[in-house]
Amino acid sequence: MDELREIMITTDEIKTDEYLINMGPQHPSTHGVLRLLVQLEGEIVHNVQPHVGYIHSGIEKMAESLSYPQIGHLTDRMDYLSAHQNNEAVALCVENALQVEVPERVKYIRTIMSELSRLASHQLWWCVMGMDMGALTTFFYGLRDREDILDIFEETCGARLTVNYSIPGGLMFDIHPNFQRDVKAFIKKFKTKLPEYDRLLSGNVIFTERTKGVGFLSKEDAIAYGVTGPTGRASGFSCDLRKHRPYSAYDKVNFKEILSDVGDTYARYQVRMAEMWESMSIIEQLIDNIPEGDYAVKMKGVVKLPEGEFYQRVETARGEFGVFIVSDGKKNPYRVKFRSPGFSNLFAINHIAKGWKIADLVAIMSTFDLVIPDIDR
Amino acid sequence: MKSIIAYITEILKGIWTLLTGMKVTAKYFFTPWKHVTQQYPENRKTLKIAERFRGEVIMPHNENNEHKCTGCGICEINCPNGSIEIITKSLILEDGKKKRAIDQHIYHLGMCTFCNLCVKACPTGAIVMGQNFEHAVWDRSTLTKVLNQPGSKIMEGVKD
Ligand code: SF4
Ligand code: SF4
Repeated sequence: MDELREIMITTDEIKTDEYLINMGPQHPSTHGVLRLLVQLEGEIVHNVQPHVGYIHSGIEKMAESLSYPQIGHLTDRMDYLSAHQNNEAVALCVENALQVEVPERVKYIRTIMSELSRLASHQLWWCVMGMDMGALTTFFYGLRDREDILDIFEETCGARLTVNYSIPGGLMFDIHPNFQRDVKAFIKKFKTKLPEYDRLLSGNVIFTERTKGVGFLSKEDAIAYGVTGPTGRASGFSCDLRKHRPYSAYDKVNFKEILSDVGDTYARYQVRMAEMWESMSIIEQLIDNIPEGDYAVKMKGVVKLPEGEFYQRVETARGEFGVFIVSDGKKNPYRVKFRSPGFSNLFAINHIAKGWKIADLVAIMSTFDLVIPDIDR
Repeated sequence: MKSIIAYITEILKGIWTLLTGMKVTAKYFFTPWKHVTQQYPENRKTLKIAERFRGEVIMPHNENNEHKCTGCGICEINCPNGSIEIITKSLILEDGKKKRAIDQHIYHLGMCTFCNLCVKACPTGAIVMGQNFEHAVWDRSTLTKVLNQPGSKIMEGVKD
C-alpha cells in the first residue's frame, strides 16, 4: 500500500528543485501512445508513473457481443507482434471448454508458428532497442531478417501481421506447400545473421556502458509485480509456460529455459538474444516431423460453450498471456478478460527506474519490449 | 601507472568493438548488389503477392456474368464488424414458385479487417480473397462496393 501511495504524485509533494515532465504520449521511445509522468531532479528519475488508456479499444467489452471465432481475430490487434500466440490462446481456451482434441498436425504447426512469431518479435525488439540507444543501423538489419518471416506468414496465413491463423478447432488453412522449405531456408540464413547482431550491438562499447549494471529488478520484485516473460526470466524468475505448463507440441521438444540471475538491462537483452537461438532449435526439431492429418476438426456453425469459467494461458514473446472466458451457454461469452503480459511488466518500471538517469529510463523501457495495444487493449 | 594502462586498454578495447560493428556495416556497404530494398512502385510488374494474401473480398464471375452467391446471408452473420450487407430479392420461377436471390452484396472495404471468416463460412464458395492491396482512394464512399456485378445472375446448379 505504501508503494501505491508513493506512486501517486500530487503537485504539493514536489519539492522546489524537482520537476514533472511528460514523456509521451507522443515520444519515439514509448513505441506508441504511452504517457509516462516522470518526476525528475535534474536528470535523476525520482518517480515514474505510467498513464495508460490513450489507445484503449475496448476489446474485452467488444468480445461480449461477438462469437468465439470472431474474438480470435480481435486478439491479433492486441499484441500484434505475438498475434499467433494470442490466437492460439483463444483457440485453446475454446477447445478446452468444448473438450475438442485437435489433430497432432495442428499442434505442431501452431508451435512452429508461435516460435516464428516469437523470433519475429524478438528481431523487432532488437532493432528497436538499438534505435532507442541511438544506433539506427540495427533497425534496418533487424527488419531485413524479420521480412523473411513475414513472407512465410504471408504465404501460409495470408497476412503478415494480423494473421488470424489459429481458430477454434484448428487452423484457418493448411500450410503452404513451400512452407517447410522456406522455414528451413530462413533458419539456415538467420543462423549466419544472428552472430552479426552480436557483432553490431551486443559487444558495442557504447551499448554495454549504457546497459550493464543499469536498472536492476530482483527476483522477489519480479514475482511481486507479476513480471513474466524474458523480462522476468532475466531476474531469475523461472516462468516459462512452455516448460511449466506445456501446451500444443511443447512437450515434444527439447529446449532450455533461458534464465539469468543478474536482473539488469543487459541481462534482459541477453535473455532475448539467447531465446532466439532456442526458438530456432524448437523449429528445427519440429519442421521435418509435421504429422500428416487434417488441419482442423469440423466445428459447428455456431460455437456455444458450456456454462462455466475457462482459463488458458500461453507464453507470448512478452510473457504470460491469459484468456479468461465466462460463459453462460450462449454463443457469445458473458465476460472475457485478457491477462496481458505488457500491462503487468510495465508497472514494475517505477520500481526499476527510480534513482537512474532519464537516459537509462529509455534503456530500461526498451528491454521491457512494450507493445502498447497489449497494455491498453 | 597501472591505472593509466588500464585506462588506455579500455579505450582501445572500446574502439575495437566499434570497429567490429563497422566491419559488418562496411561489408554491406561495399556489396550493394546484395541489397534487399524493393523498388516499389517501380517494380509493380514483377511484384509477387502470395496467392493467399488477403487484400479484399471479391466475388468471381464467370464469362456469362454468373456468380455462385445464393444470398443466404451467412457471410453477413459471420463478419465481426458489419462489413457485409446482403440485400435479397425474390424471383418468381417459371413454375410460379418464389425463390430468394441476391440483389446487392454490399461490401464496405473501409471497415473490413481481412479476417477471412466470411470466405470460410460461405457455403457455396461465392466469395474469395483478392490480392489487390492498393486501396488508396480520393473519396471514401468509393470504398463501399457492390460485389455482384450489374445484371449478373446465379450460376446454374448452385444450391443453398
Ligand atoms: S474479411 Fe472479415 S471483416 Fe472483412 S468482410 Fe469478411 S468477415 Fe467481414
Ligand atoms: S457470399 Fe456466400 S455466404 Fe454470403 S450470401 Fe452469398 S452465398 Fe451466402
